[in-house]
Amino acid sequence: MTTPVITVEHGVVGYDGRPVLRDISLTVTAGEVVAILGANGSGKSTLIRAVLGLVPISAGTVTLFDRPLRRFRQWARIGYVPQRLGAGGGVPATVREVVASGRLARRGVLRPPGRADRAAVDAALGAVGLADRAGDPVSTLSGGQQQRTLIARALAGQPELLVLDEPTAGVDAASQEAFAGALRDFVADGGTVLLVAHELGPLRPVISRAVVVHEGRIAHDGAVPDPAGHHAEPDHDHVHPHCYDEPAGLWSN
Amino acid sequence: MELFQYPYMQRALIGALVIGLAAPALGIYLVQRRLALIGDGVGHVALTGVGAGLLLNRSPVLVAVIAATIGAVAIEIVRSRGRTSGDLALALLFYGGIAGGVLLVGLSDATSANLNAYLFGSLTTISPADLTTIAVLGAAILVTMIALRPALFAVSHDEEYARVSGLPVRTLNLLIAVATAVTVTIAMRAVGVLLISALMVVPVATAQQVTRGFRSTMAAAMALGFFAAGSGVWVAATADTAPGASVVLVAIASFLVVAVAGGVWRVVRRRATPTVAPTPEPHEVVLS
Repeated sequence: MTTPVITVEHGVVGYDGRPVLRDISLTVTAGEVVAILGANGSGKSTLIRAVLGLVPISAGTVTLFDRPLRRFRQWARIGYVPQRLGAGGGVPATVREVVASGRLARRGVLRPPGRADRAAVDAALGAVGLADRAGDPVSTLSGGQQQRTLIARALAGQPELLVLDEPTAGVDAASQEAFAGALRDFVADGGTVLLVAHELGPLRPVISRAVVVHEGRIAHDGAVPDPAGHHAEPDHDHVHPHCYDEPAGLWSN
Repeated sequence: MELFQYPYMQRALIGALVIGLAAPALGIYLVQRRLALIGDGVGHVALTGVGAGLLLNRSPVLVAVIAATIGAVAIEIVRSRGRTSGDLALALLFYGGIAGGVLLVGLSDATSANLNAYLFGSLTTISPADLTTIAVLGAAILVTMIALRPALFAVSHDEEYARVSGLPVRTLNLLIAVATAVTVTIAMRAVGVLLISALMVVPVATAQQVTRGFRSTMAAAMALGFFAAGSGVWVAATADTAPGASVVLVAIASFLVVAVAGGVWRVVRRRATPTVAPTPEPHEVVLS
């Protein structure tokens, strides 16, 4: 099980000339569950966005399944779970409709959904424990259930690689457990996972390797580091804010 | 009802019904991507096309389709670049479009009645050739919007996810832009440049108050658009009012009726079923 699924070599990413990632090299092989850890602003989300081609890299190379990112077309092999569901313009959509979008990578734009598509959507809804909410508008779900909807959408495409951006941020305990279970099943079936996390929580036993990003560089690559200081205490409650509040108002960007 | 024995009234009715069906089928994607007013902007640009057509003695509708397409694609490029100055660029396009239209119409031999026909619609002057154009283009819009619903939904709902799914995002976005331009130009004859957005957006706004899913919203919005177009033309014929304005006012009246009825229904249901207070989720943090 040493086939490389993701290879980043000397990757550099900058927004408007400000470097966010400087010289990142990372390899994820088939069957691994790699967590990218780091503080806010360390560039960990940018790293997975660069892997997926959502932000351009200014130097270095990204290779997916042995193909340079620019020539990679087998998107059905990848399931992407963004941080949160966009609010959209208020047009309602059911949980099933959102999850069904996950089949498009496999089916293409022109072919109407068939029996296999419906079965895969049912299976994905079941895997995250949302089968009974399939017909409900996603806007009526809790934050954790919406996150599970997005995971089901990625699973519906039956990918080989799951890429998740902070899947447990602001998610209730029940949803975190449901999510950890879905992830375990996915890995047991031979899947590969790359996820960004701030804290691992119930995911910790599933993770096989941790990569810590600090100031745009990889500071650690190996075993999952133990929480330091008072974070390590068993009854530690995480109470400090995870990022500075942005000034809310008309003029904030 | 005997008014509808006249061919020009039949053409007016059929034209309005086609647009009533097609405009919300496209409009739902525009509402979902928060571009509810884009139809207005494209309409302004189309007016320059009308002016150019009148000046050059070409079919105003044809030149307007070209101008509106260029405008819609330009707006899409500005949108996809995501620059903060996007709304200023759009403002320039809108006002440039309407000023250009007024200027060019003024230069041509056309009268202000001609300009009014495009600004506020002129259903009863639709010629058989116009009706063919409206029916063919309207059917094309309708088929495209329904057949590509899963892909267009995905792109409008979550563009980044659509990109990672390998969907041809840019092509789909341009398709929506061009479809907007075409819909605006055929709807121009029915409700006029200044009221086009209403037919695209108001039925969707009405439908989404009571629907739960995207597909049901689309179906309900199309039914509402069809109803507003039909009854608007009927009101215009019997009460001798402006057809375009009548259609839009029927659509807005439906919105108000549904909004009020929906509100009453929710209050009644809440009274009828004494709801248990939802159990709150456990606190994630302990604030000491």
